[in-house]
Amino acid sequence: MANQNLISLELDERIEAAARRLSMDRREFLQFCAALATTLGLPQGADAAVAEAVAAKKRPSVIWLHFQECTGCTESMLRAEHPTLEKLILDVISLDYHETLFAAAGHQVEAARKAAMTENKGQYILVVEGAIPTKDGGVYCKIGGKTAIELVKECAADAAAVIAIGSCASWGGMPSTIPSISGASSSPTGSSGVAQVLGKPVVTIPGCPPNPYNFLSTVVHFLTFGKLPAVDDKGRPKFAYSRLIHENCERRAHFDAGRFAMEFGDEGHRKGHCLYKLGCKGPETYANCSVILFGDAGAGTWPVACGHPCIGCTEQGIGFQKPIHTVAKLKNIEPSSFLPRIVEEKGVGASLGSAAVLAAVAGAAAGAGAMVAKNLGLSHKAELMEEAKKSGEKTEV
Amino acid sequence: MSAHHPAAPVGGKLFNLPVMICSVFIAAMVAILFVRFVFGLGAVTNLNDGYPWGIWVVFDVVIGSAFACGGFSVAMLVYIFNRGRYHPLVRPALLASLFGYTLAGVGVLFDLGRWWNFWHILWPGYANPNSVMFEVAVCISAYVIVMWIEFSPVFMEQWGLKVQKQKLEKVLFFFIALGTLLPMMHQSSLGTMLVVMGPQINPLWQTPIVPLLYLLSAITIGYGIVLFESCVAASAYRRQIEMHLLQPIAKIMLGVLAVFMLVRFGDLVFRGAFGHALSPSLEALFFWLETACFAAPFLIVGTPGARRNPARIFIAGCAIMMGGVLLRINGFLIGYDTGLGVDHGWNYFPSIAEMIVTIGMFAIEVLAYIVITRRFPVLAREGAAH
Repeated sequence: MANQNLISLELDERIEAAARRLSMDRREFLQFCAALATTLGLPQGADAAVAEAVAAKKRPSVIWLHFQECTGCTESMLRAEHPTLEKLILDVISLDYHETLFAAAGHQVEAARKAAMTENKGQYILVVEGAIPTKDGGVYCKIGGKTAIELVKECAADAAAVIAIGSCASWGGMPSTIPSISGASSSPTGSSGVAQVLGKPVVTIPGCPPNPYNFLSTVVHFLTFGKLPAVDDKGRPKFAYSRLIHENCERRAHFDAGRFAMEFGDEGHRKGHCLYKLGCKGPETYANCSVILFGDAGAGTWPVACGHPCIGCTEQGIGFQKPIHTVAKLKNIEPSSFLPRIVEEKGVGASLGSAAVLAAVAGAAAGAGAMVAKNLGLSHKAELMEEAKKSGEKTEV
Repeated sequence: MSAHHPAAPVGGKLFNLPVMICSVFIAAMVAILFVRFVFGLGAVTNLNDGYPWGIWVVFDVVIGSAFACGGFSVAMLVYIFNRGRYHPLVRPALLASLFGYTLAGVGVLFDLGRWWNFWHILWPGYANPNSVMFEVAVCISAYVIVMWIEFSPVFMEQWGLKVQKQKLEKVLFFFIALGTLLPMMHQSSLGTMLVVMGPQINPLWQTPIVPLLYLLSAITIGYGIVLFESCVAASAYRRQIEMHLLQPIAKIMLGVLAVFMLVRFGDLVFRGAFGHALSPSLEALFFWLETACFAAPFLIVGTPGARRNPARIFIAGCAIMMGGVLLRINGFLIGYDTGLGVDHGWNYFPSIAEMIVTIGMFAIEVLAYIVITRRFPVLAREGAAH
């Protein structure tokens, strides 16, 4: 059982050392670990486990393969600042092979990969970035004389875990979209996801690019607990992909109230209304962008907050497939049928009919009152006359 | 209720023209309320965000409960000031109050957007004891129960439940005391609701003493309604008018009314708000209409000779009621500007459907009055020695 008690790490030298290594102070380091534990949705106490694991355990060896992709996933990793990438790849994980970040080239790099694989046999993490072309024997992507298919199979054979990072590796992503040419039934190169090629499920971190912290949290989960986090039917970690973006969207109140931006730059758009009608795919896309935002550029930095509808990049069949401005299919949230108006009605005033009815009621009441008063007056007069008569009779007698 | 002022059922047919007319209005009301409860307030009312309450609250509840103050005013006279000779007026006044209040309580339900949550206001977990609305709700619901208890000897007499009646009469004083306390609390609180609306209410009706004004006017209306109701009942049932009781009541009414007028104008002058009454505005017009209605009784029944004429007594009662109606409509609707003079265009005029419901509510009161006075011992026995 992992350590659950943060207090027990109070004077732990390993924590101090790890913080120094990451050029953080001790407090920052513990905050970083707590943030990772929170992103993972782990209960209280897990921060201690994460901190201890990051500080004390051997850094997991990571082999990172690139295939049909734009390197955007790596770029987004480069933008991570808590901690920054160089700390991450040198101190949290041991990045033993990465084509973009390696200083070495050619045979040297290939040798490094082989060495890491042998050294950490059965223990390293294989990360795949980019789709794998499968048409014509996979000749459309070759590295060091090997096709992508061969490479991924070779590296996956002895890996402890395989993580597909980005939408391309997850299901084929952008390269797998079918061109709108008549007769085309697949992408030109037959781009596929890692799971498809390996024929077994892998953990996927879709997104274009994915949030680096979702990847990092997955790796740290593996480091802390020795296993990968729970995933959904598409291999996506549940801690990050179990909720629709729409569910926690900051513009959600506008959706519920029926306030929508109808075109870019209109009044609703400038006021930050819901982007659903501009084609936001938040209502059918599972991801935690609306919760942890994106990148480290400060508060409110993720597509929807910047005023652009979500394109559904983490969702197969939506991102790169459904036109950006097509309205999303609402998965589990229907808009209320009792939406308040954007411009509240201020009342209609008197209509001819209502004024007439009121006048009729007033008239009827006045008439009835007058009749009652008249009758009462008449009976009073009669009474007075009778009294006068009586008194008259009395005087006569 | 003691036995030395015997009351008796009026008798006669139940199915006659007034009953039929009332039934038609009630049926129309039920149909409209069905639409309202199924399709919501917006389907039948002209309510909007600026006027979240309309005549259903102002007429059916605020005015309806003020009209129902006859029972309270007469009970106060008889039991607090120990003027036993007015006893024959207690039961009819109480009957009018009973239905006025019961319907006011029910009428609130019509106006609640989420009416199925109506019980929240009285439920400990939801109730907010600091709210004026809460006090009104508690007082009115308690008073409705108290009044049914106060009135129950009438049913017991008719059904021959002598033992129960005797038992009840032993503790009735407690309910009568409650029955004079509770209306004083909530009739003033109905005014307090205006206080919390602050500057949205025209200064002619917005004053820190508005609770006192509402209480005083409610007592006055209570006497006015007794005059009105006695006259109407007498002419409708072709009975002798109890002029020997109505004359002094009219005098008492003028006394309370004089206090009300003093407080009303003293307050306006003291606050420096009287200038608003001289501005050329709808509010000023309605202020003078209201004032005219309150002042009229002094001219109509000001002298002992004038008070002997039942027609004058009746018109004075009507004038007081109109004054009370206008005071409340002016405060809650005409002198109410949700936009604070800045956000223009807010507008409310009751829809036909709203008016039919209000008419239907009053029709229920009339119908119940007819049925109960004809079948239960409410009105004094004709020809009994006074």
